[in-house]
Amino acid sequence: MGIVSPGFHGRRRESAVKLPPGQYLTEDFPVLSAGPTPRIPVEEWELTVTTETGRQHRWTWRELLDLPSETPRVDIHCVTKWSKLGTDWQGVSLDVLLADVDTAADFALVSSYGGYTTNLPLEDLLDGQAWIVYRYDGEELAPEHGGPVRLLVPHLYFWKSAKWLRGIDLLTEDEPGFWESAGYHDYGDPWREQRYQGD
Amino acid sequence: MARLTETRQETGTARTLVFDVPGWPGHLAGQHVDVRLTAADGYAAQRSYSLSAPDRVELSVQRIPDGEVSPYLTDVLGVGDPVEIRGPVGGWFVWRPGAGRDVLLVAGGSGIAPLMAMIRARRLAGRGTRFRLAYSTRTPGDVFYADELRRPEPGLDVTHVYTRVAPDGWPRPPGRLMAADLGDGPPDRDCFVCGPTGFVESAADLLLARGHDPRRIKTERFG
Repeated sequence: MGIVSPGFHGRRRESAVKLPPGQYLTEDFPVLSAGPTPRIPVEEWELTVTTETGRQHRWTWRELLDLPSETPRVDIHCVTKWSKLGTDWQGVSLDVLLADVDTAADFALVSSYGGYTTNLPLEDLLDGQAWIVYRYDGEELAPEHGGPVRLLVPHLYFWKSAKWLRGIDLLTEDEPGFWESAGYHDYGDPWREQRYQGD
Repeated sequence: MARLTETRQETGTARTLVFDVPGWPGHLAGQHVDVRLTAADGYAAQRSYSLSAPDRVELSVQRIPDGEVSPYLTDVLGVGDPVEIRGPVGGWFVWRPGAGRDVLLVAGGSGIAPLMAMIRARRLAGRGTRFRLAYSTRTPGDVFYADELRRPEPGLDVTHVYTRVAPDGWPRPPGRLMAADLGDGPPDRDCFVCGPTGFVESAADLLLARGHDPRRIKTERFG
């Protein structure tokens, strides 16, 4: 237990549900990004997956929509301490997307239109744990929330769920992304409160 | 562990807090800290606040009426009381003296805090980097650091934008931030935009429309 702040009682809004440590519930959907919101027309959007051998796989917007989709309902947790429960998405499981990608890589470096990057172990993108999503709450994904397409990896802090998804590089060695290079944790498990380097 | 040493009322609903933090490693203008409050029974809550000064641990906290942490910091915490502070955090939304390029700061409401740290860092550095601040608040009474920003400072241009109520005789009618509020300097500047999400979205769009390089527009949002 930390030092007691005299006269602080707290509101304990989260007592009814189990949240990761340090998180509080929010009903709205805060926006966090490091720069201006890129606006990418769907006809220009393209996803490239590049393996460790340099082999490239590409999907256009139309090809993405033709893949079988899922509608995950998940809780999301931002490192800035808000959590949002029961969010509804539609998109393609990474298991589907990577099914025909031949790789021995252990890591993924995800990149966005606008220059953002974030890294994850490849296994955290597989086995039903991650999607690339293009709809939120029944609507097309808004640009400020990462539209037209973002990554969704709900079991990690939300900075790993890169907005404006553009590419995934499959790597044999881990390479830190944007926030990971700026002092944030390499993995980012909210339940272990891995916010910053050294957590 | 931090101890509150000094406070100043910024507005009717905002308070500036200065802390003594033994062993504080120093920080860059624009970085933030995590503040953690613990109740007597062990219940804890934490939030992030930007540092509003470059040379001491100073936070300016806007009270959110139904907030959990901010009303405690603005209304309850007393001089001498202990608080857990972790940081500094964040290495992106920062200004380093000597960066060289002219700077455009765009603040909405309490989003002025990290930008004020940059203005103060510029003053401390004594260098000639030109700064321009466009600061949007609802009314004149919502302006943080009002006296300090009113003092003339060579190389620093301050433009106030009032969205609801402007002072008598103010040349600009109340309304949302517009392109003209950002000045007419060339777009080859480092831009820092901080405020509520809707404000940051529209300000960043205005900067893009004026030809600013998206890679030089750094944003920080809250709410």
